[in-house]
Amino acid sequence: MSASTNLFRSSVFRLGMVYVALFGASVLLLLGFIYWSTAGYMLRQADATIEAEITGLAEGYRSMGLLGLTRTIRERLSGTPAGPSVYLLVDTGYNPIIGNLDRWPDVEPDEQGWLNFRLETQSVPEDGIEHRGRARSFRLQGGYHLLVGRDIHELEAMQALIRRTLVWGLAIMALLALIGGGLMGRSMSRRIGRINETIDEIMAGDLSRRMPAGASGDDFDQLIDNLNRMLERIENLMEGVRQVSDNIAHDLRTPLARLRNRLEVLKELQPGAAGGGEAPNEQRQVVVEAIEDADTMLSAFNALLRIARIESRARRAEFADLDLTAVAGDVVELYEPLAEEKQQAIEVNLERGVVIRGDRDLLFQALANLFDNAIKYTPVGGRIWVHLKDAPHEAQITIADGGPGIPTDSRAKVFQRFYRLDDSRGSSGSGLGLSLVQAVVQLHGGSIALGDNAPGLRVEISLPRA
Amino acid sequence: MRVLVIEDDSDTLAYIAQGLDQHGHVVDKSGDGKDGLFKSLEESYDAIVLDRMLPGLDGLSVLQTLRSSGDTTPVLILSALGEVDDRVEGLRKGGDDYLTKPFAFSELLARLEALVRRGDAPAVETNLHVADLEMDLLARTVRRSGKTIELQPREFRLLEYLMRHSGQVVTRTMLLEKVWDYHFDPQTNVIDVHISRLRGKIDRDFDEPLIHTVRSVGYVLRPPAVEV
Repeated sequence: MSASTNLFRSSVFRLGMVYVALFGASVLLLLGFIYWSTAGYMLRQADATIEAEITGLAEGYRSMGLLGLTRTIRERLSGTPAGPSVYLLVDTGYNPIIGNLDRWPDVEPDEQGWLNFRLETQSVPEDGIEHRGRARSFRLQGGYHLLVGRDIHELEAMQALIRRTLVWGLAIMALLALIGGGLMGRSMSRRIGRINETIDEIMAGDLSRRMPAGASGDDFDQLIDNLNRMLERIENLMEGVRQVSDNIAHDLRTPLARLRNRLEVLKELQPGAAGGGEAPNEQRQVVVEAIEDADTMLSAFNALLRIARIESRARRAEFADLDLTAVAGDVVELYEPLAEEKQQAIEVNLERGVVIRGDRDLLFQALANLFDNAIKYTPVGGRIWVHLKDAPHEAQITIADGGPGIPTDSRAKVFQRFYRLDDSRGSSGSGLGLSLVQAVVQLHGGSIALGDNAPGLRVEISLPRA
Repeated sequence: MRVLVIEDDSDTLAYIAQGLDQHGHVVDKSGDGKDGLFKSLEESYDAIVLDRMLPGLDGLSVLQTLRSSGDTTPVLILSALGEVDDRVEGLRKGGDDYLTKPFAFSELLARLEALVRRGDAPAVETNLHVADLEMDLLARTVRRSGKTIELQPREFRLLEYLMRHSGQVVTRTMLLEKVWDYHFDPQTNVIDVHISRLRGKIDRDFDEPLIHTVRSVGYVLRPPAVEV
């Protein structure tokens, strides 16, 4: 994917071209207005002067007659021999009487008496350039015709200059915009190309790759930053999945290996060996143990499936109002004998009548897991606390124990499936208990926090009411 | 007892049928919902084991049709869907018990026997007797060989359940569901501790124990002379 071949397909370039077109149109409009208000203004200015002059001359004719008029014209002509002014007074037969035009121009005047014509007079400088005049004719009393005008050569030259300037300006603007759009498009498609390359590499399997972020902090860098954070999350999730499957393989291998060993033992036991009354009993014993191994694995799988189902929030429909005090009380009542066997003291403090909306069985399971853990990890003769408090918007449950606790850096990890602290690997348990607790708490929209009971673990759960 | 098993998976069907047969029960097998429904309507059974997912007519429809025709044969629903909402739906549609796959055959047998026994039992009982153990449900007292035994309320309910199913194996899950009324997975031997406490009160001071452990299945309360 080279950047240059894609330039014309690049959205930035296309956007640039649209921008050039729009910009060009508005510049054209602006220049048009400038042209109209400069060149047009000069023309209108010239017209106004001619108008004023012809009115003045007509006034003179009315007051002082033909003689006065010719004198005035002569004075004006002598004042500006090679000036831009054009005068011509003709009689009824269009024969010139006075003026600096050789003859009446053979163009028809428009409705207001304006005419544009080619200047052929002695007053025009011999510079080889065609000079044009603009004049107004006026019919005097007595059949005379008066023509007053201007050599508009300079005006036209100025207009042409403005026109040329505007056209060049427009052309240069368009060229610059084109080049700019092209460069911008190329730089953008280079940046996008780099992102695509990184994505290709990531899809090829290297999840640790990240997009190169620029330092400018523009929207592209923000996009790259977001993509990188998304990759980070995906990598973490993948890592989690990998960890879980590693853990599953590891944790289920042990009971599977045990099961296999038992089956092997069973195979070696000779059935109905001569009069040996022991053999069937021994066989039965091995089979019973094998079944227990299988049950252990089944219950681990069941727990995994349960967590998955709870996490998929398929069970919210079964929520009902329930008495959390009663549920917590039942948990304590069920597990109390286990604590008594270890001579542990339980400090139970349950506020009465705490009602929340939820799933009774799941909450029982969650609290049972926590209480069971507390009993398991608190040493013989230790102390366990179970508190339930009714806060304005939530129910707060605290289960604390006098065990070894969980190191701060492991507290987030213990919620992962099959995660077990190294020093608890030897003891019984699936490593799924806390995962399930967390799933249940989250299903109820609550939160769970692990703290230090100094010594021991302090689990604090808050569940929103209704 | 006579049991109809409606299950489309032939391995599971054979496994259940063989097990029931070995325990001296008569088994009729059916591989799909429609056939199962016809059989259950034509014949009279002591209990029906019904798979929830069936080709043709699904388990819950079979159950509904059966119940709307006035049949009250106890039905045990088997399902791979083990969550509470599925269970509640199954029981609401007329099922008597619910068992999640995979299951231990001993669990199935214990539950089936409990279901059939429940059908036999008189509706109102005020006294329960097993050998020399007596329970007065009104006065809420327990005596063995004439000696009054003090029990905690939960111990009383536990013993009551065992006595109502005397001679039958009850599993730990059944006890949790029926005595504690929670569907959950205890992960520990917590039930065993309660049973051992109950034993301490019921059996310790007497010659013949009544509560027996059935390895990897559960418990049974039975009079000393009777063999299971």
